Amino acid sequence: MARKSPKAPEIISKKGASRKIVSVAETIHQDIVKKARKPSMKFPIRSLTNVKYDVKRGHFEILGKHITRTLSYNTVKGFAQSMRLLATTKNDLLDRDDIAGKREVYYNSKSWGECRFEQQPESDTLLDDIEAMLAINREQLGYIPEERGGEVCGPIVVIDRDPATGKDIRIDGTKLGTGAWSVPSRVEHLRFESKAKFLLAVETSSLFQRLVHHRYYEKAKCILVSMSGVPTRACRRFIRRVADDLNMPVLAFTDGDPYGYCNIYRTLKAGSGQAAHINRYFCVPTAQFLGVTPQDIIDYKLEDTTHPLEDVDIKRARDALKNDPFIKHHKEWQNALEQMLKMGVRIEQQAFAKYGLNFVLDTYLPEKLKKKNFLP
Amino acid sequence: MAKKRKTTTAETAESMAKRQREISVSEFFLKNRHLLGFDSPRKALLTTVKEAVDNSLDACEEAGILPEISVDLRQISEKRFRVSITDNGPGVVRAQIPKIFAKLLYGSKFHRLKMSRGQQGIGISAAGMYGQLTTGQSTRIDSKTKGQKHAHRIAVQIDTKANKPVILADDEEEWRPTFYPNGKVKPVTYTHGTCVTIEMEAAYIRGRLSVDEYLKQCAIVNPHLQLHYRVNLAKNGKADEADTSQPADEPWQTFERAVRVLPEPSGEIKPHPHGVELGLLVQMLKDTHARTLKSALTQDFSRVSDRAAQQICAQAGLNPRANPTRIAHQESESLFRAINEIKLLRPPTDCLSPISEEQIMAGLKKEIQADFYTAVTRPPTVYRGNPFQVEVGLAYAKPGENKDLGAEEPIRVMRFANRVPLLYMGGGCAITRAVGQVNWKAYGLTQPRGSLPVGPMVIMAHMASVWVPFTSESKEAVAHYPEIIRELTFALQECGRRLSVYLNRRKRAAEAERKRSYIELYIPHLALGLKDIMDLSNREEQKIVTKLRKMLEKTHLDV
Repeated sequence: MARKSPKAPEIISKKGASRKIVSVAETIHQDIVKKARKPSMKFPIRSLTNVKYDVKRGHFEILGKHITRTLSYNTVKGFAQSMRLLATTKNDLLDRDDIAGKREVYYNSKSWGECRFEQQPESDTLLDDIEAMLAINREQLGYIPEERGGEVCGPIVVIDRDPATGKDIRIDGTKLGTGAWSVPSRVEHLRFESKAKFLLAVETSSLFQRLVHHRYYEKAKCILVSMSGVPTRACRRFIRRVADDLNMPVLAFTDGDPYGYCNIYRTLKAGSGQAAHINRYFCVPTAQFLGVTPQDIIDYKLEDTTHPLEDVDIKRARDALKNDPFIKHHKEWQNALEQMLKMGVRIEQQAFAKYGLNFVLDTYLPEKLKKKNFLP
Repeated sequence: MAKKRKTTTAETAESMAKRQREISVSEFFLKNRHLLGFDSPRKALLTTVKEAVDNSLDACEEAGILPEISVDLRQISEKRFRVSITDNGPGVVRAQIPKIFAKLLYGSKFHRLKMSRGQQGIGISAAGMYGQLTTGQSTRIDSKTKGQKHAHRIAVQIDTKANKPVILADDEEEWRPTFYPNGKVKPVTYTHGTCVTIEMEAAYIRGRLSVDEYLKQCAIVNPHLQLHYRVNLAKNGKADEADTSQPADEPWQTFERAVRVLPEPSGEIKPHPHGVELGLLVQMLKDTHARTLKSALTQDFSRVSDRAAQQICAQAGLNPRANPTRIAHQESESLFRAINEIKLLRPPTDCLSPISEEQIMAGLKKEIQADFYTAVTRPPTVYRGNPFQVEVGLAYAKPGENKDLGAEEPIRVMRFANRVPLLYMGGGCAITRAVGQVNWKAYGLTQPRGSLPVGPMVIMAHMASVWVPFTSESKEAVAHYPEIIRELTFALQECGRRLSVYLNRRKRAAEAERKRSYIELYIPHLALGLKDIMDLSNREEQKIVTKLRKMLEKTHLDV
């Protein structure tokens, strides 16, 4: 059922991906050998300037802007590296059904002589470029993310496969003891069962631990997900799949600061500029924002637990008001950011501890859920 | 003190008169030999070579002969050298030989205003006198003119009291000036020429102030000169006459001639009134053949028209018809003042014979290994009534390619006056000052404040004039006339501009080369990537590399 979901990302077979790489190479080869002209590669621009907020679908959709990288003195190294990376991707990963981490790619390049990457950010960027150029997300090319994909707990059964036997494995989110289940890097094959009322995505893992420890998920009948900052692609995709397959409402709970709003929440809901070309799979348009909102500071009299906004916060908020298509579309968010700038303070999730360690799950969350005055 | 004066016998006019007598010019120079450049054994050697070579070149050029000269230095004992300079000049007639080589202040050049190397007629006889003084040996001259059947060999000494030559030997001989070009089997012989041989106390030391350097610079500035040079040093300073086991003579070193054209002969001009000093004015008025002051002015000076002479006389309050000799005695000062108050045409400048840009380049190219050469000849102009002309040549070597020109050392400045290299007293010379004053940073060189720029570069500057203003009689530095410094500056700046064009071009070429090799580095990787992806053959991979290389040649892959 899950895999047949019409909203699932287009799954491209390894052979298909491999063919796509070959066709890119063929075009370049033709330019050089047959047409005797400088070859070029076309990449979609990956930044907020090249996305629009698609209101109907509820996420960032990439616009048609491309940059063309023609072979020149400035691009020759990147060109050579792209070719070698594509060759490695095709021959070593796709054709051999292998996987590699970003850092392994970086080390692998050390055998390429003067073509090698000097630092990992170089190979990371090139990998993103290639992903955008091929319009195939890197997980499908066999690249596995290094970062943790987020943790899950609560009333959900995740049905995975035993890699050796292919038999189903049922993972019950309520029977994980004191730990939690980690979202794997690829989630397309998972299936879910749950009777929860909603999914709560939490920014910090310390708050997640508190909620798990006190079995908040039983009380509130919700699935708990820890995002640990900006959610990874796998985490976003996991939440999206749960939301789609089980028709599950999603609520986000982050720190009350511009980073929490504009980076964590916005990326979860609408996607990012960086990954604009694949946003449609890696976002949760149905998500809503629970807190902490600037209004909460006033409502819960938390002024004395705040910190003054730092320069980066102010810059981030102003920048979002000016350039972020998502913020620009939602009046409520503009108001919230303006209010925060006016108050000049930010607040952390843990600030509720002022009224006792469990105030957040005993009072704050139930009250917010009852009022339902979420931000879009 | 007072007591002492009493005890000594007071001199009387008569007693003093007993000791008062004429001092001959020769005696004077004997005691003041530094004035002529004989202050140290090392410098004496250089000065001797210099005077003899200058004379030879002047003689050849005046006779219209392409000069070929040899310089032979032979050490005969620790402090003693025999110096022989041979030329293929017109030769000297028998009767003139003693006076030319053994009488100070005898020559053809002092009494005229003409661009020539020698000026006073002191040099070569002073060298002979120095030799005579330090070794007791005579100056030996072999000379043959074209018309004569036989050559003459004459040995002369100078009677220092009377400034008169003393002939010690006078023979006819079978002699021809003969040269041994390096690398050629056959010697070259001429039917005319002169050889002067002087034995003298001297020291041979290599370096910037050496005979070697002088001759090298001579070859640069006289590209029409074929020059042979040889130094035979005695082993352990022992005399070679006594020791038969001396090694064979050193081979001749030849500075090959680069052009076969003689310099344009320079013209002779009459003095311009504005360049004449009072004493000379008086002398000229005394010596004139003219009957009246006005005609003396118009005939004996250049650029004095009838009208100008009239104006001068009016300004001085003198009768134009006055007897010039009387004016010389009584009213020369007012005449002198008047002359300098009247505007006159500048002297003619066509009397100068510059080396020319082309020949400077030829000279630099043959003697200095460099990558860039340029030269500028300024139009002639005038200082103090004397026409002069400035030329500058520049040679810039690629750093590290010429071991004589260090990239981190100050540039070398070669100074020339009327084609004569100036080696000593560089610090006091107008040329050095002009080079230091130009802002070389503007042309891409580094330059410590107020001093010579740094770089693998040679600058040669030539000052040509009918009368080069030297700071002293040893003729080693050009005096700091503002007009001369200005002309030098203009010429240096023009060379500098051309140098900066070259340096910029070289910088761009280096940048293009750097880019090219950078791209070259990645082309094989690009091809290898394509090969791996598309499963191409080695031949196809090579084809990609070739095609990309070709593309690179054409465009440098620059956007």
